Amino acid sequence: MTNVRTHKEVSEAVLQLTVNGEDRSLPAGSSVSDLVSALDLDGRKIAVERNLEIVPRSQYGGTELENGDRIEIVAFVGGG
Amino acid sequence: MSDEIDIERFARHIVLREIGGPGQQALGRAHAVLIGAGGLGAPAALYLAAAGIGRLTLIDPDTVSLDNLQRQILFRTADVGAPKAETGAKALAALNPGTAVTAVTAALDENNAQALIEGADLVLDGCDNFETRFAVNAACRALGIPLISGAVGRWDGQVALFNASPDAPCYRCWVPEVPPDAETCARVGIVGALTGVIGSLMALEAIKHICEAGEALDGRIFLLDALGLDSRTVKLAKDPACPVCGG
Repeated sequence: MTNVRTHKEVSEAVLQLTVNGEDRSLPAGSSVSDLVSALDLDGRKIAVERNLEIVPRSQYGGTELENGDRIEIVAFVGGG
Repeated sequence: MSDEIDIERFARHIVLREIGGPGQQALGRAHAVLIGAGGLGAPAALYLAAAGIGRLTLIDPDTVSLDNLQRQILFRTADVGAPKAETGAKALAALNPGTAVTAVTAALDENNAQALIEGADLVLDGCDNFETRFAVNAACRALGIPLISGAVGRWDGQVALFNASPDAPCYRCWVPEVPPDAETCARVGIVGALTGVIGSLMALEAIKHICEAGEALDGRIFLLDALGLDSRTVKLAKDPACPVCGG
């Protein structure tokens, strides 16, 4: 057993995302819930937009992120 | 209300293929209820009255204050201290006497929401807090009335149309619970011109909806970042766990 991992293995173990226009990596297999936790966000104040679609709140845990996903964190506004 | 059209007043609508005579007649038959005669409600009401909508109901519990005038273009300096709904109704009648305006000086809540919007063809929500937005959404959903929701905060604006059909998402699919420590325009500020953009978009979507013109903002949300002047329209799916329309 060796600790040397090939480039391919490394890239498969990490997800490359764009979050609010900036590159960000997360462990492979991360869900939208994991992303919200990693960003230390209060989920009640925001919506998560994934590739131009809002992810329903109840689907965060079951929505696995994919390499290349474009994520926007949208803060709700309620003023008029 | 008759189906007679003032062809001179609405000439620019009538030449549009997507509105024309039938669209103008549809506008004349339509009744829209506006929640909030503020930064969003003011421009939305002005454009809907100018567009020849048949009936408008303005619901707002407040009186005009001096710091409203920076953005609430329905009002004039001499109106400070007067009830917004009644004052707004007078201004709209002066703009277009053909629109029947009903003023309701009351706070909408979950107890009176259905009674206040019953009979409307369309509700436009431009109020200033999430609790009222939830009550409006629940009532629209219960009565099957389409809802156009507009909101602003700092430099951001958001607009959506919720058509109230069983398969469609509702406002609570978008905002499931009241965000804690929600910012108010009084505390964090707002630029009047941005409320003008978002309120006008609400009126535009209302006119398109009534005239069945183009692609409605249905199941989609328009997001505007005014500082970067960057906008996008994103899809909103129904949340099966939505407390109002799910399950």
